[in-house]
Amino acid sequence: MPTPAVPAACQVEKTVPGPGMGDFSYVGIDAILEQMRRKAMKQGFELNIMVVGQSGLGKSTLMNTLFKSKVSRKSVQATSQEKIPKTIHIKSVSHDIEEKGVRMKLTVIDTPGFGDQINNENCWQPIMKFINAQYEQYLQEEININRKKRIPDSRVHCCIYFIPPTGHCLRPLDVEFMRRLSKVVNIVPVIAKADTLTLEERDFFKQKIREELRANGIDVYPQKEFDEDAEDRMINDKIREMIPFAVVGSDQEYQVNGRRLLGRKTKWGTIEVENIAHCEFAYLRDLLIRTHMENIKDITSSIHYEVYRVRRLNENNTAVAHANGLPQHHMTSHEM
Amino acid sequence: MLAGNRKCITARAPEKVGEGARAVPLAGHVGFDSMPDQLVNKSVNHGFCFNILCVGETGLGKSTLMDTLFNTKFEGEPTQHNQPGVQLKSNTYELQESNVRLKLTVVNTVGFGDQINKEDSYKSIVEFIDTQFEAYLQEELKIKRTLHSYHDTRIHACLYFIAPTGHSLKSLDLVTMKKLDSKVNIIPIIAKSDAISKSELTKFKIKITSELVSNGVQIYQFPTDDETVAEINSTMNGHLPFAVVGSTEEVKIGNKMVKARQYPWGTVQVENENHCDFVKLREMLIRVNMEDLREQTHTRHYELYRRCKLEEMGFKDTDPDCKPFSLQETYEAKRNEFMGDLQKKEEEMRQMFVQRVKEKEAELKEAEKELHEKFDRLKKLHQDEKKKLEDKKKSLDDELNGFKQKKTAAELLQSQAQQAGGSTTLKRDKERKK
Repeated sequence: MPTPAVPAACQVEKTVPGPGMGDFSYVGIDAILEQMRRKAMKQGFELNIMVVGQSGLGKSTLMNTLFKSKVSRKSVQATSQEKIPKTIHIKSVSHDIEEKGVRMKLTVIDTPGFGDQINNENCWQPIMKFINAQYEQYLQEEININRKKRIPDSRVHCCIYFIPPTGHCLRPLDVEFMRRLSKVVNIVPVIAKADTLTLEERDFFKQKIREELRANGIDVYPQKEFDEDAEDRMINDKIREMIPFAVVGSDQEYQVNGRRLLGRKTKWGTIEVENIAHCEFAYLRDLLIRTHMENIKDITSSIHYEVYRVRRLNENNTAVAHANGLPQHHMTSHEM
Repeated sequence: MLAGNRKCITARAPEKVGEGARAVPLAGHVGFDSMPDQLVNKSVNHGFCFNILCVGETGLGKSTLMDTLFNTKFEGEPTQHNQPGVQLKSNTYELQESNVRLKLTVVNTVGFGDQINKEDSYKSIVEFIDTQFEAYLQEELKIKRTLHSYHDTRIHACLYFIAPTGHSLKSLDLVTMKKLDSKVNIIPIIAKSDAISKSELTKFKIKITSELVSNGVQIYQFPTDDETVAEINSTMNGHLPFAVVGSTEEVKIGNKMVKARQYPWGTVQVENENHCDFVKLREMLIRVNMEDLREQTHTRHYELYRRCKLEEMGFKDTDPDCKPFSLQETYEAKRNEFMGDLQKKEEEMRQMFVQRVKEKEAELKEAEKELHEKFDRLKKLHQDEKKKLEDKKKSLDDELNGFKQKKTAAELLQSQAQQAGGSTTLKRDKERKK
């Protein structure tokens, strides 16, 4: 039987001009956008956010404010007394939320006990372990022979790090944590309870933070190296000039100028959470949810996860090599 | 487990959104309803890929139909049909419509059905499809991979062109479709359907469908689970196989230019639904189900290939208590086994070689020994001979000496005798002389 020719695709670049006059020159390729949208609506989305910070910085409130519902861990558990745990716990709660036909499974991962001990050495370790465990779980499923149609995604897409509003600079704990974790997950630092800072103090604080991040080589989201094109870079540069966002959270509504708004009422005034003149909550919300959610998930799956995967697969190669007494260099360069 | 920390995950990871998590109402507009738009934007920036395989006998109008479907002239001149066997020619085109960029690959089977013996015609097609799956699998299994920017060459849709005989499917068609139905989404179409009359067409379609069903051929069914398209898809499912006519020539009908084929007895309009099912095909293939075709290829056909291939290579899914990475480990184990075998073989060969050398050495030593012995013997012989000769020489010398002695003794006697009667002898000699 003569061997069949399996040719390489010859790249013939022909651009068909857009729809011309009359119905018949319209092919309908752009209908695929609608098809994709339909598919996305049917499947729904998953989002996993982790909140990290000392107790009392308003993490749960911020989550509730972001998603306009009781999504935080505290809203789910029935404890009336909030005790600061002796060690770091990792608790995740999932919710099904729906908006205009779009369904989303939101998982909020809380880390009570972080930074609350007297000796906080290695407090990032359990968090790192958790994040890597999610990657591991996904990897296990991915290399199965019989695998699910849609691999459930429990990987942490975004880690919001709460910086206490000291007004001076980052603490060593903050630097250590962000330095280590920015390599495995997207970190979005925010200045918590920013209503204790005046605008000048806030700007100064932000600048100091940005300097320190740069000095320590910490790449927070949006990372410069993952900008896709010039347009992307422009948008992300603007964001990078504003991080960390100074946020205020609230899940209580008050009457302001005849409207009901989310805010914090004090004797000297009401802070409107969604007013960008008051705080930068709206920017955070827009970044996380309205504009960059897909990008955050993309970077998690195609960069952070892949880095983990490469490391894990190479690790296994060397382990197997040692077990078999074969020289390591045989294995590490080998690809399946 | 994590030392000193409690991992408390309160929700399992469910398969579909909405299972195992509590539903929470929202108190206001959050804004994640923009997610589908974000997703679509990302895909638009990235571009789309779509690969069609056209299977059918020579002359059924495959190239023309592609041209008509995508409104463009793809190939310069018709393909040569003088190669033995079935060849698969693939061409990639970049199309753009409004802001959507599509990388379309059209694969044509050249020479399908041309052979006298068509038993192996389907093989090159199956091999081609498998090769595309294999390429994707290899990329997916790589350690450092770039799935994000990988050019997906897997076939998303296979248009099977049925010749318009009006009777039934050919056995070649049945055999080929049966071999392809688990590897690719098959959409059967009746080519050059302007050769069949309407009544014959209905009978033809019924016959084809019943033959496909009775032979267990799984053709692609347009999905009916999404309410927005369920109705139109189920109607279209009833119209399969589509009877199409392709044409890139335009004819003036009324005051419009339409794509049509002009005959002396009338004009067949390609986009007239009363004349042929071209519009239905375009609608289903491109405008409604292109994404579903891609998804089915990835989640069904590719997964099946992957599963079979991995099981064939000897992998198994792990039990929960086994070590992870069954694929990697098993592969490594196999590789080590193989290397071990190789080494063993090498050892064996080496041993054999050493053995042979030893044997040869021994042989040579033997020969050398023999030679030495021979030499010794010869030497001894030679010495013996020499001795003999010397003895002989000695005896001869002795004899010679004895003779010399005798001679001297005799001469002495003679000289004495001569002196005594010497004068008389002399006189006598003198008288004799006189």
